[in-house]
Amino acid sequence: MHPGVLAPKGRNPAAAGQSEPLAIRLLLVTVVLCFLAVFLVVPLVSVFSQALAKGWEAYLASLYEPDTRIAIRLTLLTAAISVPLNLLFGIAAAWAIAKFDFPGKSLLVTLIDLPFSVSPVISGLIYVLLFGLQGWLGPWLSAHGIKIIFAVPGIVLATIFVTFPFVARELIPLMEAQGKEEEEAALVLGASGFTTFRRVTLPNIKWGLLYGVILSNARAMGEFGAVSVVSGHIRGATNTIPLQVEILYNDYNYAAAFAVASLLAFLAVVTLVAKSFVEWRIRENSSCG
Amino acid sequence: MPLLGGNAMKHSRRQNVIPGFGLSLGYTIFYLSLIVLIPLSSVVVKSASFSWGTYWSTVTAPREMASYRLTFGVALLAATINCVFGVLTAWVLARYRLPGKRIVDALVDLPFALPTAVAGITLATVYSGNGWIGRWLEPHGIKVAYTPLGILVAMTFIGLPFVVRTVQPVLADLEGELEEAAACLGANRWQIFSRVVFPQILPAILTGFALAFARAVGEYGSIIFIAGNMPMVSEVTPLLIITKLEQYDYPGATAIATVMLSVSFFVLLAINLLQKRSRRFAS
Repeated sequence: MHPGVLAPKGRNPAAAGQSEPLAIRLLLVTVVLCFLAVFLVVPLVSVFSQALAKGWEAYLASLYEPDTRIAIRLTLLTAAISVPLNLLFGIAAAWAIAKFDFPGKSLLVTLIDLPFSVSPVISGLIYVLLFGLQGWLGPWLSAHGIKIIFAVPGIVLATIFVTFPFVARELIPLMEAQGKEEEEAALVLGASGFTTFRRVTLPNIKWGLLYGVILSNARAMGEFGAVSVVSGHIRGATNTIPLQVEILYNDYNYAAAFAVASLLAFLAVVTLVAKSFVEWRIRENSSCG
Repeated sequence: MPLLGGNAMKHSRRQNVIPGFGLSLGYTIFYLSLIVLIPLSSVVVKSASFSWGTYWSTVTAPREMASYRLTFGVALLAATINCVFGVLTAWVLARYRLPGKRIVDALVDLPFALPTAVAGITLATVYSGNGWIGRWLEPHGIKVAYTPLGILVAMTFIGLPFVVRTVQPVLADLEGELEEAAACLGANRWQIFSRVVFPQILPAILTGFALAFARAVGEYGSIIFIAGNMPMVSEVTPLLIITKLEQYDYPGATAIATVMLSVSFFVLLAINLLQKRSRRFAS
């Protein structure tokens, strides 16, 4: 093996006994790679292998099923509504929290993170308790013919809830670290508030913004637990892609289930690549600036 | 773009010239209330209408107690496994030069990116009797899929990134001087790790542990496919909530939800305290 491989990073290993003996390093690396291979690589590869178990034609045919096409459309619609709404919220929250001081700020940050610590099942349950037939607003809604639970609005609401913190929690630390001197300079020089945001703040936060959007989009398209509670599993109407995967799997239609699942696995791989790219851009930016 | 000197900045800080405070904070609080706070309060309000006796007998019924033992017990075990392998992975990623390290680093986040339903059907297939991994375990009498062991596998999978991602940046930022000083004073590598490095990464490990535990406790999608879902044996608490909802037993579902919400609340509190402590430690 090349001597540079597995060498400790950055320091001269000979200098002060700064690293473990080669045997220990090899052992640690082997253990970690085996663990990751068993827990991550094998499942990921198996999704695609199962999806193509019956060949390409069967694969494409199962993606072209009417119910699956409706599920894909519903998932895209849900993400297209929930991601922009949470993006807008994330920018507003980060602006208020990073640029101003006010009492209760740390409580507000904790509350924004709240949806992450709530079980997806409970994230769905709360909307059933609000809008379901036995819920607070249920009788009024049904009297006016408005359906939220077991319909598309409930799916969108539950998705907004589970993806709520992503953009805000990326932007808050980023904007706090950047301070407000640049915005103050622009404002003192006569720029309007909106121009300052567009020309000064936005270029500074664009990679962090993109990062939050990538993560919240992945979660919005892949959410299962919360959506499963509010959807009602009406075939060809209120099934998103993950719910369609469940239905096909429970029908013992494994090849089709994995074919549809492979769409989501592909999305996950794209998300990871995009995420690494954006992380690299953020590192480059911070080391240049 | 540092156009203003230090003095001018100090002057302007006294009077915040940045606009939009009312609008951005107002919108933040409005949207937060609408999406998160009001819906979440519906659980509290609904459970306030229960009498204490029915509430207590609902949340402590034998089937519920079995599901708490299973869910919290296996989640603790999974979070512990994630601590051990998470610290190892973070160590290798932060300290060693590896070919293809960027790929390994990106791969660690797979459980965050892979939808839970996909993870669930995949793990169930891979660990079933004729699956890629299950076929090697089954002859040795180890059944993973459709047993509580399967729940452990799923919970370990979804909690895997947390400890790595909390420990890795702390390891990368550690000052080399302390370790050099310890080495000069004659400490061996293990002593350096246990006495110098470990105390510094401990708050990050505990934070990662708490995050992985909280995620595992609430997990539904990846577990139900692999668990077998037998009442009293392999039925996790989130599934029990769904079962109650499907029977239109909303009070029962809500009562169990309050138990889970209080656990998440305490975990969240613990994480906040840990982070406050480690920040004080850092400064």
